[in-house]
Order: sequence, then structure tokens, then C-alpha cells
Amino acid sequence: MTGAALARRGSALWIAALIHRLSGLALAIFLPVHFFVLGLSFHGGAKLDSFLRWTDQPLVKFAEGGLVFLLTVHLLGGLRVLLIENLPWHDGQKQLATLAAAVSAVVAVIFLVRMF
Amino acid sequence: MNVRLYIWQRATAALMLPLVLGHLAVIFYATRQNLTAADILGRTHDSMLWAAYYGLFVAAASIHASIGVRNVLAEWSPLTDRLAGFAAIALGLLLAALGFHAVVALVLT
Repeated sequence: MTGAALARRGSALWIAALIHRLSGLALAIFLPVHFFVLGLSFHGGAKLDSFLRWTDQPLVKFAEGGLVFLLTVHLLGGLRVLLIENLPWHDGQKQLATLAAAVSAVVAVIFLVRMF
Repeated sequence: MNVRLYIWQRATAALMLPLVLGHLAVIFYATRQNLTAADILGRTHDSMLWAAYYGLFVAAASIHASIGVRNVLAEWSPLTDRLAGFAAIALGLLLAALGFHAVVALVLT
């Protein structure tokens, strides 16, 4: 690794890129489970209903809030990447990355407030 | 990542931007209404709009996720590029199979 690359480690934009990657990885791990559960309704809604009842547990609701955070932060992180790559560069990237994380946290908290 | 994969990754990302926003709205609506399986199936059953929306979403997510995971495996794991590619294809096929099964289960059964 070059000295310049090492120097960027720990910077706000390096952390933003890391969060984008880790949130994507977590969503890729979650997706097969999500699809499998939705597929439970193939032979009627009974199995899906019993799963939905299981999700009423507080811990599961917190986990769902975490998933909403991951989805939102990955969406906004991806939007930031698309804007950087396709529009002229402008300053304030660190602020945008911080704003993306803050908006994601707010969305997740609103989700949790509505769930409980 | 080669150019072809890069373009697929970015194209599916752009395609999914509005789809994810719509999905977040659906999540908020569904949790607010405390829907049962019968409620969900009653809304999705025989709806070609939901089938098209989530069919497209599954296709884009399967491609996007498999390319993303390929990049992570190639950069962070000891796997060779070739093995990372095979693992990514396997993940993409698994996601597509489970995802389309879910769409069929929710809309067409």
C-alpha cells in the first residue's frame, strides 16, 4: 500500500467508503434470508404469518431498524458515488458523507419509533 | 473489476435508487399498518404491477450484490479472481432463484 493510501485510512471519506462496503456486504448476506421468508407464502399465508408473529419480539424489531439503517446508508452512499463519478467534482464531500450517515440514522430511529 | 462489471454495477445501482426509495416507503407503510400475511397477499395477489416492480428489483439486486461481493472477495479474501468470480455467480444465481420464487409466491400463487 502506498504512503498516500495509508494516510487516507481513518479519514471521513475512507470511513464512508468502508461503511458503504460493509453495509452492502451485510445486505447481501441478509437478502437470501429475506427472499426465503417471503417465499414461505408459496403454499398460503400460514407459515408467513407465524414468521411475522415471531418478528414482533423487541430484539427482532431492533434488528429490523438496523436493516433499515443499512439499506438507507447504502442507498445514500451509492448515490454519493454515482454523483462523484458522473458530475463535476465539488467540495464538501466529507459533509455529504456525514449527512448521509445522519439521515440514515434518523430514518432508522423514525422506523423504530413507529414500530414500538 | 473490469469495465463490463463496473458498468453493470453502476447501471444496476442507478436503476435501484428509485426502487429502494419505493421499497423503504412500502416497509414504513407495512409496519405502520401491522399487516398480516393475508393483508399482504390480498394486496399483492394477481398484481402485475407488484410483479414487475419486484421482479425488476430482484434482477437488479442479484446482479448488483454479486458484483459487489466479488469485489470484496477479490480484495479482502485469499481467493483468486477466478474463484471470487465463481462465488459471485453462485450468489447471484441463489439470489435470483430465491427472489423470483418470492415474487411468484407473493403475486402469482
